[in-house]
Amino acid sequence: MNDEIRLMKGNEAVAHAAIRYGCDGYFGYPITPQSEVLESLEALMPWETTGMVVLQAESEVAAINMVYGAAASGKAAMTSSSSPGISLKQEGISYMAGAELPALILNVMRGGPGLGTIQPSQADYFQATKGGGHGDYHLIVLAPASVQEMVDFVALGFDLSFKYLTPAMILADGIVGQMMEKVVLPPQRPRRTDDQIREQCPWATTGRKGLRKRNVITSLELESSKMEIINHRLQARYREIEKNEVRWEEINTDDADYLFVAFGSIARICTKAMELAREEGIKVGIVRPITLWPFPDKAIEKAAEGKKGILCVELNAGQMIEDVRLAVHDRIPVCHYGRLGGIIPSPAEIVEELKKMIND
Amino acid sequence: MEIQDIIKEENKVYSTPELLDDVHMHYCPGCSHGVIHKLLAEVIHEMGLTERTVGISPVGCAVFAYNYVDVDWVEAAHGRAPAVATAISRLWPENVVFTYQGDGDMAAIGTAETIHAANRGENIVMIFVNNAIYGMTGGQMAPTTLLGQKTATSPYGRRADLNGYPLEITDIMATLRGTCYVTRQSVHTPAAVKKTKAAIKKAFENALAKKGTSVVEVISTCNSGWKMTPVQANEWMAENMFKEYPLGDLKNL
Repeated sequence: MNDEIRLMKGNEAVAHAAIRYGCDGYFGYPITPQSEVLESLEALMPWETTGMVVLQAESEVAAINMVYGAAASGKAAMTSSSSPGISLKQEGISYMAGAELPALILNVMRGGPGLGTIQPSQADYFQATKGGGHGDYHLIVLAPASVQEMVDFVALGFDLSFKYLTPAMILADGIVGQMMEKVVLPPQRPRRTDDQIREQCPWATTGRKGLRKRNVITSLELESSKMEIINHRLQARYREIEKNEVRWEEINTDDADYLFVAFGSIARICTKAMELAREEGIKVGIVRPITLWPFPDKAIEKAAEGKKGILCVELNAGQMIEDVRLAVHDRIPVCHYGRLGGIIPSPAEIVEELKKMIND
Repeated sequence: MEIQDIIKEENKVYSTPELLDDVHMHYCPGCSHGVIHKLLAEVIHEMGLTERTVGISPVGCAVFAYNYVDVDWVEAAHGRAPAVATAISRLWPENVVFTYQGDGDMAAIGTAETIHAANRGENIVMIFVNNAIYGMTGGQMAPTTLLGQKTATSPYGRRADLNGYPLEITDIMATLRGTCYVTRQSVHTPAAVKKTKAAIKKAFENALAKKGTSVVEVISTCNSGWKMTPVQANEWMAENMFKEYPLGDLKNL
């Protein structure tokens, strides 16, 4: 299979991308609006072609712990879910962060709190970027704005998580998961052989082949002085990730008087809003964080120099805005426009909010 | 007979297993875990599975099993060992994967993971250590605590109307079509130890033969949690535990 141009849903595309990446195992549990990931994998039957294991678990808790087991044995494993299911997965995610294991988790966000709604939302920004489970940790968080990025971030997420031995999350929203778009699928990569895994992951619990020293995967250390050393090691790695892996996109920021800061599908709606505003003579540009953690704070600070104000547009009550305000040290006004409960703003509504901010 | 004749290899009936580390264990004197660890170490070594075995340790007293038995280990979150084992077993089918779970792990917080792994017939071995109490956290009530048994959270004795009944999860496991071997043993006498070793061996053979899930329950003592001497604990177990949890095979296909 070579590069292929297809029309498909974001969720479906993730299934194809996982197989083509050479993913070893997917473990999931159905929840709207992302069930197409598991459905597509079951229909594609990758165990017949690449040998990838696909399993519908008894719960999100079981699914993430299957990912934990797979990751502990050096395999490239992933799961996907939506907001309430991601809450259930926090146990396993924290354990993987603590045990320094690579894995990929997809959250196709829906409105909350609680069972909430099945409509799109970005209300899990705090949960995804500030840890989510217990303990001092971060996930690498990628925010796709297109079906193409859903595909590309599967490979990127796996690569980063194996590079830094920490779980990565694709934080998508229901729009990106459900909408159909043209997408280029990458060529099929072979799955790593067991011997390659033994070589690449000498820490993994692959069995003591050759009577090597035993490997133990654990996040437990009862001696606090040693536990602190482990935590410092994790924090040093997070600093390294912050140094190397910040990703963002800027559109028309150079001549702009104002900025939209938005991620995921909302950044695309902001692109249209930007065009409408510019037709009316309001010079606005866009900064779209692609990595939500590490957050592009320096990029935003630089882009904000000489600007008159920033409008954060999010499908939540104001979450990323906290990081934006920290990035610009509140030197310029930073306002928020958010829709809640699954409502998606139109470009015209966003322009209206921008005008309100300017007139205030 | 000279001492040299007695210690000849063919006369040897007892030695330290190759795979059991020569370190101090954190278990209380009198605890059953040490014996069960030793049997596991013996079986894995004798079956030539040292290079192919992966153990999943639980949350509870046996959380540190990885410090004693010299195979690869993954420490699972409380109750999740069967889910962890499922993935490793499916992704490394040449390896043999076993879980080592206590009563809280298996019959309370991990009931769903335990039953569903067995119901899928995962080719894994589940070692279930049932001592009817939560040892690690200081002697609280377990799902398998007997009616009337006093614990830190049932200080006046377990009551059916307040706490429900002792959960016989092994009996439930035997009804599942994914299990091939379900047995209940103990390690309080040399004869019982030999039987438990044979059961563990059979369970590993089943995993190698891809026959499905094997469950070896070991009715065990927690003399510290029960607030007894080791000898009293053995007597109390034989008198009370075996009535609720009769020893023997529940399923052997």
